[in-house]
Amino acid sequence: MGRRILFITTDQQRFDSLGCNGGTIARTPNIDALASQGINYTRAHPQNVVCMPSRSTMITGQHVATHGVWMNGVPLPDDAPSIAATLRTAGYKTALIGKAHFEPVVDPFGRFVENKVAASGEETAFHVMPDGSLVPHRGFDHLEFATHSPAASLHYSAWIRENHPEALGMFLPNLDMDLEVNSKGGGDTNAPQVHHNPINKEWYHTDWVADRTINWLDSLSTDDDWFCWMSFPDPHHPWDPPQSELGRVNWRDLDLPAGYITDAARREEVLRNKPAHWMGWYDGSFVSNYEAPAKWIPATLTPDQVREVNAMTHIENELIDEAIGRVLTAIRARGWQDDVDIVFTTDHGEMQGDFGFLFKGPYHVDGLMRLPLIWKPANSAHLAPNVVDAPVGLVSLAATFASIAGLPAPEYVEAPSLPVSNDDARSRGFERVLTEWDSVLFDKVVRSRTIHRDGFTCTAMGRGMLHDGTEGELYDHRNDPLQQVNLWNDPSHQSLKSDLLSDLRDNLPRTVMPLRTCDAPV
Amino acid sequence: MGTVRREQHIECSPATTWDFIGDPARLHEWFPLTDCRVDGKKRWVTTSTGLTFEEDIVLLDHELRRFQYTIVNNPLITGHLGTLDVMDDGHGYTLAVYSTTMKPDVLALVIGGAAGVGLKKAKSLLEGTV
Repeated sequence: MGRRILFITTDQQRFDSLGCNGGTIARTPNIDALASQGINYTRAHPQNVVCMPSRSTMITGQHVATHGVWMNGVPLPDDAPSIAATLRTAGYKTALIGKAHFEPVVDPFGRFVENKVAASGEETAFHVMPDGSLVPHRGFDHLEFATHSPAASLHYSAWIRENHPEALGMFLPNLDMDLEVNSKGGGDTNAPQVHHNPINKEWYHTDWVADRTINWLDSLSTDDDWFCWMSFPDPHHPWDPPQSELGRVNWRDLDLPAGYITDAARREEVLRNKPAHWMGWYDGSFVSNYEAPAKWIPATLTPDQVREVNAMTHIENELIDEAIGRVLTAIRARGWQDDVDIVFTTDHGEMQGDFGFLFKGPYHVDGLMRLPLIWKPANSAHLAPNVVDAPVGLVSLAATFASIAGLPAPEYVEAPSLPVSNDDARSRGFERVLTEWDSVLFDKVVRSRTIHRDGFTCTAMGRGMLHDGTEGELYDHRNDPLQQVNLWNDPSHQSLKSDLLSDLRDNLPRTVMPLRTCDAPV
Repeated sequence: MGTVRREQHIECSPATTWDFIGDPARLHEWFPLTDCRVDGKKRWVTTSTGLTFEEDIVLLDHELRRFQYTIVNNPLITGHLGTLDVMDDGHGYTLAVYSTTMKPDVLALVIGGAAGVGLKKAKSLLEGTV
């Protein structure tokens, strides 16, 4: 009997959304308790700031350059390495419940296993290995999928259709009739992707994910070792939590977030000092990526819309925290409380008003890159609580899970297990964290590579539709925590910039070529 | 309009390749579909998710080895042209090219993805590796 692992992820959650990280609106006592009893990482970055590439890094322990899921819509190959498969081989029971998204959701041809499993009603799908053995999809014995609404053909959708068909039309359609991310406004302020959802709280996907997780845990024997990835689709847009919960946070009471520059002239001045795709998105002339509504122009965003989106997000985060609390209670009821490691994180952040934006894209700033990451080791591990401010990446998760299970780091991973203290980080070389972006949306091409080291974030733009490969961003987080002053062309920072770019080139794996095809928008 | 192209080299003569993938009624044998029915200048194809697309055959040119079709009577798809070209690679083998242009733009990615796996399957079937 070893240490069990509960891996909790959310989708598109900011570092500062949690009480333990300075958040003052959403009440997140369960996650805060994990942080106070465990290790709270204050400078954790994803290796890509959209879902599919980032999640592929989590499961493979590889940078995007290696696993090859270079943008949303590029499926992770069925035979890609998986830490769940490694743990299963070591005797763990394995499950992924909630949002997976290693494969495209938009799938009218029924090509992708995630959608096929959901359609079949089977517990998992099996692949035949070269030696004739059968291995479940990505190493999971049990799969139950959900996404941001019941519109997709996943397990949550089937559950809603079967049990609460009246709820099918209650959510905001995430896509419009052009299959673009819906720019439709709602709520009180007509903010994009905000919607008052009359669904019962108990039917909403957050509670469903927790319920199904508890159900799977209940199916296990007390002596089983297990790895459970509980993956909440929220607080990703659409921002449509159950209407019954809206009283938790009144958007009219909220201050504007620190990253929102109220004065439009000042905001635009800041954006003009960044590479051209920033202003291009702001004024609607260059929507480079599918993840933001193509028909929405950020320059039209009002302060009240920022407040309402933030309020909806805080509400969704409270619901997630409460759902986590229910799962932790179920774990205690099984007597596992001393032998379960809990890791909490998200796949990427959300602009949530920073610089006048919502959603996400090729913008490597804290809103999208600085993530909550908390590791509450099992009590039996006797690891002291800590705060680690050394830069770490989600690329370290796979090796961390292996180490929890008492296994060596799998040969496929590209980063060591997470440090347990700053001293540990220093001794094991946690100096930098790297993030990649590539997007090709028909004729719109954006490429960038980013390093965070020594309190600076440095992004080099590759050649693309708006960039000739000489542009970039350099931010000094100590003096400019909101990343509003781009030092890329500042003469006094050229030596530092050169050093950071050299370090980036030296440490980022070479991209596996040829790039795999993008087979869907998302 | 979104446009996507997929290419596949096949070690098989263009004539043999065309006999197979140039036959509009045999699409389901290599493309990820469960059914395909042709009636004159009309074709209906069905995917494994149960979706059926009605198509007009625009061009079937055996000399040029080019097939073109368009999806019609679909409330979502407001513009579409699909083209399959089978060409000699200069060494007696085949270069097969499947291109699609459509609105909604992003559906071109989906059709292109399906065409990519379809062409790979056609290659396997024609080269006898399946």
